[in-house]
Amino acid sequence: MFIHLKDVSYTYNLNMPFETVALKGINLKVNRGEFIGIIGHTGCGKTTLLQLLNGLIEPTKGQIFIENIDIHKNKKKLKEIRKKIGLSFQYPENQFFEENIFKEIAFGPKNMGVAEEQLVQSVKKSLQMVDMDYQSFKDRSPFSLSGGEMRRVAIASILAIDPEVIILDEPTASLDPQSCSKLLSVIVDLYQKYHKTIIMVSHNMEIMAKLARRIIVMEKGEIIMDDTPRNIFQKSIDRLEDIGLSLPQVTYTMYKLKKIGKPVSSGILTVEEAKEEILKLVNENKK
Amino acid sequence: MIEFKNVTHFYNTEQNEKIASLSGINLKIHKGDFVAIIGANGSGKSTLVKHINGLLLPSKGEVLVENLNTRDMEEVWNIRKQVGMVFQNPDNQLIATTVEDDIAFGLENIGIKAKEMGERVDWALNIVGLNGLRNSEPHLLSGGQKQRVVIAGALAMNTSYLILDEPTSMLDPKGRKNILEIVKDLNKKESITIVYITQFMSEAAQFDKIFVLDKGRIVLEDSPKKVFDKAEQLLGLSLEVPQITRLARELVKSGLDIPGNILNEDEMVKYLCLYI
Ligand SMILES: Nc1ncnc2c1ncn2[C@@H]1O[C@H](COP(=O)(O)OP(=O)(O)OP(=O)(O)O)[C@@H](O)[C@H]1O
Ligand SMILES: Nc1ncnc2c1ncn2[C@@H]1O[C@H](COP(=O)(O)OP(=O)(O)O)[C@@H](O)[C@H]1O
Ligand SMILES: [Mg+2]
Ligand SMILES: [Mg+2]
Repeated sequence: MFIHLKDVSYTYNLNMPFETVALKGINLKVNRGEFIGIIGHTGCGKTTLLQLLNGLIEPTKGQIFIENIDIHKNKKKLKEIRKKIGLSFQYPENQFFEENIFKEIAFGPKNMGVAEEQLVQSVKKSLQMVDMDYQSFKDRSPFSLSGGEMRRVAIASILAIDPEVIILDEPTASLDPQSCSKLLSVIVDLYQKYHKTIIMVSHNMEIMAKLARRIIVMEKGEIIMDDTPRNIFQKSIDRLEDIGLSLPQVTYTMYKLKKIGKPVSSGILTVEEAKEEILKLVNENKK
Repeated sequence: MIEFKNVTHFYNTEQNEKIASLSGINLKIHKGDFVAIIGANGSGKSTLVKHINGLLLPSKGEVLVENLNTRDMEEVWNIRKQVGMVFQNPDNQLIATTVEDDIAFGLENIGIKAKEMGERVDWALNIVGLNGLRNSEPHLLSGGQKQRVVIAGALAMNTSYLILDEPTSMLDPKGRKNILEIVKDLNKKESITIVYITQFMSEAAQFDKIFVLDKGRIVLEDSPKKVFDKAEQLLGLSLEVPQITRLARELVKSGLDIPGNILNEDEMVKYLCLYI
């Protein structure tokens, strides 16, 4: 086992008037090579959980083990580990601190000892992964970009350190549809070919249904479901709607057909699956 | 009416480079319109809407709001009173310690008397459905609720135009649906003009009209049915059709006799019931 959260709680502004309990008694094991999607309504604690997973904040209660070491008891290990776990922030502007995009992306690899002459290659490759042109963007300030461009630079600077675990906080928010598909295919490649561990928060149910192998549903600071996408989008439909989530459009369409008595199988997750199921039924009906 | 007359805009960077963001935009948005703007990242959407209330001025051309020119320093406050803006991250727009105070903030600034202020705040809270939370601390609300506070703040100012730049991109599905219901209501019941930027094609599909931007130009301006009938062209513009429309097109390709530009689940269910 790789990352283990044991009875972890987190409270912002502990013992102060504005105290907010963000996470309560979280137990979670993340294995090497998993693709985990995390969903839940806004404010349920997803971002807080991700920040705990990469050691950015320390739990107010409980322990975090990475490769069996309690990372907050061993600060040297914590530093080492943070290099292996990359987190791209929900709000990219909170992640930036350099004056231009080249320096922003080169910062990580440089810190890890990548030689000057290889830095250019590294920055080029990372920008290419998020489909941005090196020449036109390298000298620009990360702070004066369009929303989607900022998002992509933030992700590129994480990919540049080639982390073992890639944690993404709403990585597709404000990406245009094609940039979104391209980024997702890069992430799938990192998962399939390079066996990276992926942990991703998203409100986009279509993406979660299609890509994640394991989905964690959170509510009010707790994990309330932890299962395969098929089970979650098949068995817990009403519960999901109760807590502010939804189904992909095709899943919802099939669910509606079933509800009005059509013999469709439920738990359809993608356009391809929906198409096959519908065509099968149309043909059966003709006979 | 909002009118863009041949508007071109450049950003000047610190390196003294000019970055073209809008080229020769001509458009008219009439009072009471309900329009969405879509386009690739960097195509100029945010730049365009920041021209409406004079946050940015054109490098060339003119922007008129109710015939007031955004270049006219004396009129810019009259323009801003009429044009409310809502951005992606509500945290950056909330300032006060209670919901009520947050909504009243803009009114105090323009010197509205206490009695009228109270009435306007009540009215705005009611419209966005936050009456029960008027004394809550904004930072304890969900993302969707925070966005509603921001919208209420704009409404209280009596804006007749509401511009929303990706207001739902950080919200959960319920919050997203809720904001869309609210802007629909504002348009239908209060006749407020809505200009709404989104990357969710399924959201854009619910507007009366869509402007499609590409590299600083308007390349399409039509109803959702017509825009999403051009699936191939949209791919070239870094866009796509909604998932349910993708399914419709796949089914048409396989020989099923349904329209290829179905835009929502209910419509799809209706057509499928003809065959299964
Ligand atoms: N403050 C700025 N300084 C310099 N260039 C900028 C600035 N803001 C935006 N740009 C550039 O202007 C162009 C248009 O940007 P804009 O923010 O209007 O795009 P957008 O359509 O809103 O994109 P997104 O979907 O990513 O939000 C882009 O090329 C962008 O890099
Ligand atoms: N910096 C902070 N200070 C105080 N409270 C915070 C802070 N960040 C988050 N919170 C609160 O913690 C809870 C969980 O927030 P967060 O982890 O950001 O949720 P999510 O990512 O699921 O939207 C919310 O109640 C939120 O208001
Ligand atoms: Mg978050
Ligand atoms: Mg924008």
